[in-house]
Amino acid sequence: MKEMSIEATIDNIPTVTAWVDEQLETMDCPMKAQMQIDIAIDELFSNIARYAYNPETGPATVRVEVVENPMAVVITFIDKGIPYDPLKKEDPNTKLPIEERDEGGLGIYMVKKTMDEVTYSYKDGQNILTIKKNI
Amino acid sequence: MIIDKQLNGSELILSLTGRLDTTTAPELEAVIKENIIGVTNLVMDFAGLEYLSSAGLRVILSAQKTMNKQGEMVIRNVNETINEVFEITGFIDILTIE
Repeated sequence: MKEMSIEATIDNIPTVTAWVDEQLETMDCPMKAQMQIDIAIDELFSNIARYAYNPETGPATVRVEVVENPMAVVITFIDKGIPYDPLKKEDPNTKLPIEERDEGGLGIYMVKKTMDEVTYSYKDGQNILTIKKNI
Repeated sequence: MIIDKQLNGSELILSLTGRLDTTTAPELEAVIKENIIGVTNLVMDFAGLEYLSSAGLRVILSAQKTMNKQGEMVIRNVNETINEVFEITGFIDILTIE
C-alpha cells in the first residue's frame, strides 16, 4: 500500500494524478483503466478541494493498493472536512434534451459507472471514499 | 493541455492535446469565449485528447448550446475512453461526433 497526504486544492490535482499513475504503472494497469481512474481522481479530488473545508482548505490523504481475486486497484480518498456522501446525490437524467441539461451530478455518476465498486463511510471525523477498479 | 486554434472565416477548428479536466477546462472555455462570435462551424478535434472529465463536459455542453443558436458544432477523432464518457452521460445524443 502507498499513501500520500497533500493540501486539497484544485492546483494539486495534477500532482495527485501523476502520483497515482506512477503507482498504477508499477502494477501493469491497462491504459484504459488508468484513464478512467484519472477521470475519477479529477471528479473526487476536485469535490474535496471545493467543498470539504470550504471556505478554507485542508489536507487530504490518497491511498493506492492492489487486491487479488479478482485483481483490482483500490484507491481511497480521505478528508477531515464536513461530512458529505457524494453517493447520495441523485443520478442525473441523461436522456433530457440539450436545453434542459446541466452538468450537475455528472462527475460522480461517471465514477459510479466506470468503477467496479464505490463506497463511502464517515468514521472518526473523516470522509472515506473508496473506488475499486478491476484490472 | 494544448489548444491549437485555427480560424478560417466563420469556421473555427480547435485541436486539443492532453487532458480536458478541472484544471484545464477553464482554458478551453476562455478560448471558445474569445473566438466564438461570428463562428458558424465549430470543429473540435480530439485526436490528441487522452480523456475528459465532467469539467470538460460542462464546457462542451455550453459550446454546443451556443452553436445550436448560431451554426453547427462537430467533434472529431474521439478515442474509446472519451466515447464511453459521452455514452454514459448521454452526451452522445446531443453532440455530433464524426
